[in-house]
Amino acid sequence: MSILVGKDTRVLVQGLGKTGQFHTDKAIAYGTQMVGAVHPSRKGSVAHFEGEVDQSGVPGRDDTYSIDLPVFATVKEAVAETGANASVVYVPPPFAADAIMEAAAAGLDLVVAITEGVPVADMIKAKRYLADKRTRLVGPNCPGVITPGECKIGIMPGYIHERGRVGVVSRSGTLTYEAVYQLTLNGLGQTTAVGIGGDPVNGTNFVDMLRMFEEDTETEGVIMIGEIGGTAEEDAAEFVAASMSKPVAGFIAGTTAPPGKRMGHAGAIVSGGKGTAAAKIEAMTSAGVVMAETPSDMGEAMARALG
Amino acid sequence: MKVHEYQAKQIMSSRGIPVPLGRMAASVDEAVAAVRPLIEESGNPLVVLKSQIHAGGRGKGTFAEHPDLRGVNVITDGIEGGPEAAEAKVGELAAKMLGSTLVTVQTGPEGKVVNRLYLEQGIDIARELYLAVLLDRSVSRNIVMASTEGGMEIENVAEETPEKILRQEIDPAIGLAHFQANELAHGLRIEGDAAQGFARFVKALDRTATELDTELIEINPLVITGGGMVMALDGKMAFDDNALFRHPEIAEMRDETEEDSAEVAAKEAGLSYIKLDGTIGCLVNGAGLAMATMDTIQHVGGEPANFLDVGGGADEEQVTTAFQIITKDPAVKGIFVNIFGGIMRCDVIATGIVAAVKTVGLTVPLVVRLEGTNVEQGKKILSESGLDVVAADSLRDGAEKIVGLVK
Repeated sequence: MSILVGKDTRVLVQGLGKTGQFHTDKAIAYGTQMVGAVHPSRKGSVAHFEGEVDQSGVPGRDDTYSIDLPVFATVKEAVAETGANASVVYVPPPFAADAIMEAAAAGLDLVVAITEGVPVADMIKAKRYLADKRTRLVGPNCPGVITPGECKIGIMPGYIHERGRVGVVSRSGTLTYEAVYQLTLNGLGQTTAVGIGGDPVNGTNFVDMLRMFEEDTETEGVIMIGEIGGTAEEDAAEFVAASMSKPVAGFIAGTTAPPGKRMGHAGAIVSGGKGTAAAKIEAMTSAGVVMAETPSDMGEAMARALG
Repeated sequence: MKVHEYQAKQIMSSRGIPVPLGRMAASVDEAVAAVRPLIEESGNPLVVLKSQIHAGGRGKGTFAEHPDLRGVNVITDGIEGGPEAAEAKVGELAAKMLGSTLVTVQTGPEGKVVNRLYLEQGIDIARELYLAVLLDRSVSRNIVMASTEGGMEIENVAEETPEKILRQEIDPAIGLAHFQANELAHGLRIEGDAAQGFARFVKALDRTATELDTELIEINPLVITGGGMVMALDGKMAFDDNALFRHPEIAEMRDETEEDSAEVAAKEAGLSYIKLDGTIGCLVNGAGLAMATMDTIQHVGGEPANFLDVGGGADEEQVTTAFQIITKDPAVKGIFVNIFGGIMRCDVIATGIVAAVKTVGLTVPLVVRLEGTNVEQGKKILSESGLDVVAADSLRDGAEKIVGLVK
């Protein structure tokens, strides 16, 4: 087993601009079941993708692929025609929250929003809209979700992953790659890796992910990578102490970040003495999380936690 | 994006939120010229001259050039001496304040240069309260936060007397309900007409927050005047940068002189840059990795000179701009490039580095760590370029190498 996505995940892409096009191609190369696209101005057409497969992806495929993805006007129509159960959003920021709500209205299990720069007020509304829907949102402003060898939704490079024992959850993109790659090099591998995104209002938080990894029979341990700002890591630490039986390793970025400055991500800011790296590291250590002192030690910390 | 107090008050005033009468002045002449009409309009000979900078604590802050002069000054000369006396005093103070550096608890020791002043009518204050609308991440909604402890640092109130902070969660589909405004008024012990004035005030503030995409509106203090009027004596507003596209009138209020020029240049190039105090310049892709790179440099005994995230899809030109920004900082004694290519291809970064060094020149040691997509091509480009680049195998290896070279 794995969580969120697997070989039965059937994915729609919302937004076929330059970025959406590029990453849809990479996902198909990886072996993700891309089943359609939603792009109102191109409805009724097909989007063609062809190339050499990504050998690090889903095994047992031909060396090349050539696929015509049908393009639909609405998510609802796309779901009816393709049986999709997940979508990935590359829609530009002003329209991204609407795309998320549309995916939820169509009853998808999962929507992964990659778009960076979505207005906070839009996300507040979208999150309220999602409250009584069955759809899980991951993101926005995130690298996506990958279950190595089965399904890749998002912008992460496929080849650094290897199927294995560890669940990965992170607020950052490239720092996730760093952790994933170390786990691949030291042979632990990943069950599923999830970037939950760097925005202050997002669909899925650390606690949601920890709960899923705890319940997943394949996952033996979890590494969570946090950063300054907010109190999501403190909440996660509380959950680890109270409800996790599996070992957890962690890292917090931003020890050297000055207060009052936004460190790239909209959510990464120490304000009013809240959200410091020191407080998060302290909370996680007290909860029994094995902390990596530097990002180069993340894989090693996970190995130590697993014993 | 932050705006000045006078701009926040213009916005509030235009939306029916009561603020004192006031006039902005960017020169001594403008400040003096503002005195008489303000006194005539308000009927109050007492005026207040306030420094306009993007930082709080102005009332208690003092000027580096004039240690006895505070950032906000109440001018009482007009009470006995009439408008002429007030004008003379305003002129004298404005000449000292404009162009001088105001140091407050929020500016840091380097302070901020005052380029604008705000002259405001004096207000007869009966009570000082605190009111704010801001995001509560734990519920993914805006909240109204209020306290009887106006004029104080709210962080201290939250720390020492958390029971004095009142909160109301705002449902985005409904806005702040009237009963919630009433509950706040009751909790703040506001009675009679003032309670109604307060309810109108806080509801208008909530609408402003929603309609203008504010990240924060903070009124500290909110005052109740001797006459029972509810009014914003101070006003701080910050807007969601990601939503400025739908508020061009707000975007125009940006005062770039308040921002670090290198940070502004970086933003224009699509880079995220923050100046720090150390000696090792950093160029990284991804915000989390950029922070982690700074942390690692410090962990191995160095100090980062900056945060710089080139983002996910930087091109050659952006890498060159990033190099220019880093090398312009005279404190930089070495540069560490740390790239984990996902979407960002290592060969593009390598080409960018070579081009940048040719354009900008390089007088300090350069350590480059490349990993990820097209890493072999990237390394080849660097090694064949003939540049004096030290290659690193991992983040930690790179950090140790650059710290060693700088020392």
